[in-house]
Amino acid sequence: MKQLLVVLLVGTGVVAYGQKYASEKSLVSFYSHAAIEDIAAKTTKASSIFNVATGEIVFSIPIKDFDFAKSLMKEHFNEKYMNSEKIPKSTFQGKITGFQIDAAGAQQAKATGKLTIHGITKDIDVPGTVEFANGTVIVKSSFIVKLEDYEIMRPQLLWKNIAEQVEVKIEFTYKPI
Amino acid sequence: MKLIRILILVLCSFHLFAQEDLMKELQKSEKPETDYATSTFKGTRLVNGQTVETKGKGALEFIFAHRFGAINTGIYNFYGLDNAHVRIGLEYGLTDRLGVSIGRSSEDKTIDGFLRYKVLRQSTGVVNIPVTITAYGNAACKTSPAKADATYPITLTDRMAYTGQLLIARKFSSQFSMQLMPTVVHKNTVDKSIEKNDQVLLGLGTRTKVTRSMSLTAEYYYRFDVMDTNPYYNAAGLGMEFETGGHVFQLVLSNTQGINERALLTEATGNIGKGAIHLGFNVTRTFQLKKQK
Repeated sequence: MKQLLVVLLVGTGVVAYGQKYASEKSLVSFYSHAAIEDIAAKTTKASSIFNVATGEIVFSIPIKDFDFAKSLMKEHFNEKYMNSEKIPKSTFQGKITGFQIDAAGAQQAKATGKLTIHGITKDIDVPGTVEFANGTVIVKSSFIVKLEDYEIMRPQLLWKNIAEQVEVKIEFTYKPI
Repeated sequence: MKLIRILILVLCSFHLFAQEDLMKELQKSEKPETDYATSTFKGTRLVNGQTVETKGKGALEFIFAHRFGAINTGIYNFYGLDNAHVRIGLEYGLTDRLGVSIGRSSEDKTIDGFLRYKVLRQSTGVVNIPVTITAYGNAACKTSPAKADATYPITLTDRMAYTGQLLIARKFSSQFSMQLMPTVVHKNTVDKSIEKNDQVLLGLGTRTKVTRSMSLTAEYYYRFDVMDTNPYYNAAGLGMEFETGGHVFQLVLSNTQGINERALLTEATGNIGKGAIHLGFNVTRTFQLKKQK
């Protein structure tokens, strides 16, 4: 009886702590093709925790840290569209399913959960890959974000610089905590 | 056995909260960072004068500024529209903090060049700085009158004037920013009966954002220790600025027609009380010459 308890406690201890991975490297980028000029930006400042045992994953992206080719684009992105002074971060919390721990190669998987951009939270369901390699875990995904869904204003017709949707790519490399 | 069941139940309920917990854990693990205030002002000009803003690295700003004559000059001068002063200038961001500019104003056929350097950036977080400070230095050369037309043997030295400013600004909110401008103007040659070579001023300016793309600006420069015989006024101005894409368009009302610092700060001719107000505009277009990494 006591032994069982100990096993259970130790076992759950492993679940709670031993299987959690924290991002060591990250790359989040977005791209949108538009009539006048393409908009692209990236940041390496996003952070994430991934529990491989349960599939639970959270990440957080600081909006002000997106870098653009043009300094004016960055200013407009923060000031006019994302209101990043008041809403400094975009986040995701959800679960990845469809992968096996320590299986070889990149495995196709699916993430479901809540994506919060510009203060608006939506349920999303996106494909991606999970890869276990040399003690690290690599998670990648690419998905479309419709600006309208997150109440991000589009500029007037005359200065139509931003498309109606952007393609977001995320890539995290994790190490055990 | 009961105990185990309870334990399992408790553990299961932990799992329900696990995502929330994971988010908290993530927030805890994030290193505290420094958050710098950006876009304290929309452009490099507040109304007539300068702001703390520098162009980003590799960005070239073309500025076209125009000041009409005084509105109270009547229908004969089409309320000032017949008599305009123009400055055409270029400013380039050598780094995100250091800018260099060259320009020419039609008033006194002045060629000017300046440097501005952002010394301090307003920030919160790990580094806490309440204000942004930019140092500004301008050298201006009056190429008028031509040597042959001058009433005295004029030299290059006589034509030069210099302006030094410390621009101290704080972005109080995304809607409101304020700036203080301690200023020194040195003119190599002056009419000693009305003014001194060195003149000290203190400017105060504000920007209030009205909509996403439109804001109102105001500035006033107080001149210290002005001689009683000095015919000029303290420079004051109001601006309304619009932004569309790479352009910033500022509509200006002020009592000074000069666009170069020497003229606009120390030689404002307009008595606001008598309606001597100049309508003007600044139009800027920014080009990114070098892409940022």
